[in-house]
Amino acid sequence: MIRFLPFLLAAPAFADPITLQSTTSTQNSGLYDAILPAFTAESGIEVQVVAVGTGQALQNARNCDGDLLIVHATEAEEAFVADGYGTNRADLMYNDFVIVGPPADPADIRGTDDVQAALSAIAAAEARFMSRGDDSGTHKAELRLWAPTDIDPAEFSGTWYLETGAGMGATLNTARGLNAYVMTDRATWLRFGNKGDFELLLEGDPDLFNQYGVVQISPDHCPRANLTDAATLRNWLLNDGQEAIAAYEVEGEQLFFPNAD
Amino acid sequence: MQDFFDAFQQAFALIASGDPELIGIVLLSLRVSLTALILACIIGFPIGALLAVSNFPGRRAIILFFNAAMGLPPVVVGLTLYLLFSQAGPLAVLELLYTPTAMIIAQIVLITPIIISLTRGTIAGLLAEHGETLRAMRATRPQMVMTLLREAHPALLTTAVVGLGRAFAEVGAVMIVGGNINHVTRVMTTSIALETSRGELAMALALGIILLIIALFTNAAVYALAPRSRELAHV
Repeated sequence: MIRFLPFLLAAPAFADPITLQSTTSTQNSGLYDAILPAFTAESGIEVQVVAVGTGQALQNARNCDGDLLIVHATEAEEAFVADGYGTNRADLMYNDFVIVGPPADPADIRGTDDVQAALSAIAAAEARFMSRGDDSGTHKAELRLWAPTDIDPAEFSGTWYLETGAGMGATLNTARGLNAYVMTDRATWLRFGNKGDFELLLEGDPDLFNQYGVVQISPDHCPRANLTDAATLRNWLLNDGQEAIAAYEVEGEQLFFPNAD
Repeated sequence: MQDFFDAFQQAFALIASGDPELIGIVLLSLRVSLTALILACIIGFPIGALLAVSNFPGRRAIILFFNAAMGLPPVVVGLTLYLLFSQAGPLAVLELLYTPTAMIIAQIVLITPIIISLTRGTIAGLLAEHGETLRAMRATRPQMVMTLLREAHPALLTTAVVGLGRAFAEVGAVMIVGGNINHVTRVMTTSIALETSRGELAMALALGIILLIIALFTNAAVYALAPRSRELAHV
């Protein structure tokens, strides 16, 4: 109780915390709660996490409403740097996407590890498929997977292809409600509390690789950002933090695989 | 059904545990919404009363505007304030984004139109009843406003409670301007949204039950603080 009084009485009680604009999967999976306290204890730097979709995180960072960015859309991150908003992009860690769905598996995709074949089968069966539809990292990755199938799912939007325009968790909840297939990152799925009878139906295609990157906000674009402390966090994530990321497990399963250079 | 049972069980387990995280979230919710309510009442009561007793060109347009503003979607209010408070926005120097103050401002914007419109309606009704007397006593306009506001006390209390309800229940605006940052801007409704997105539906519902219990206590406290209203409420 007592330790909450300072921020209840005066709003800016922390000594200049840094704001981390982040994708939701890293937050929802509990990763930050597991690794950031060690960083704060070591450096004295408080980290405030704003977890939104990758698209929104990039937009917030473009508006300078953050000091560091952790998202998962490498192309968009590189464009962000090329456009002068960011600097020092580095690979941080990876995990993979999986497709989950109802045990009845109407498009019969269970056990395959060819994601394009599975998507084609879903389209052919006109089985319901939930898409994030929110320009997030997961949404972008999903659209990349459709491209080689020569199926434009947008044409079927509202029939069997359903776009929620919402976060991963909300989309998983909706998919449960509609018995629809849905692509999700593995971390969010493992930690998801409303799995019901849904099963992991497809995994293991190299195309399902999901790279997370860390990007610093450019000092030229955002001179007011807390860049020194952000750089400290970046360095920690790419060094000591790598071990902490690897050590984070849910139900005995490692969620993120560090792969900084 | 299992989910509902789990939710109630978790709600009471959480309350019993006195979890400091939960207490922090509850206190922040109360602080944000009660501050917003008090400020919205300070702004809204006099404006609503003035709109009822005065007559000037454009008055009807203003009334119409506030009536329509009662239906403002919280998410639009949140987005507008985000664009203003963002480092790329015109009010960046205030450094309000992702602070409880920004959340208070968002809720003031949401509930002030409700307070103004309901107050105007109440005062207009009273004016129809007592207007002759007040005019016979040659009351000035400020005197009329004060007298009518005092007379309208019980109804205004209900107005405040409606405003508090909207502030308490709102999630769209505080999510955007507050950012749902743990220990800083996480309130009851944004916690519920977070637990839902984690698929922890029983936990989300448990927090909803706690929110309802707090709303009950807050309303009881509001009425208890104004004992006079109890007798007048029957008028």
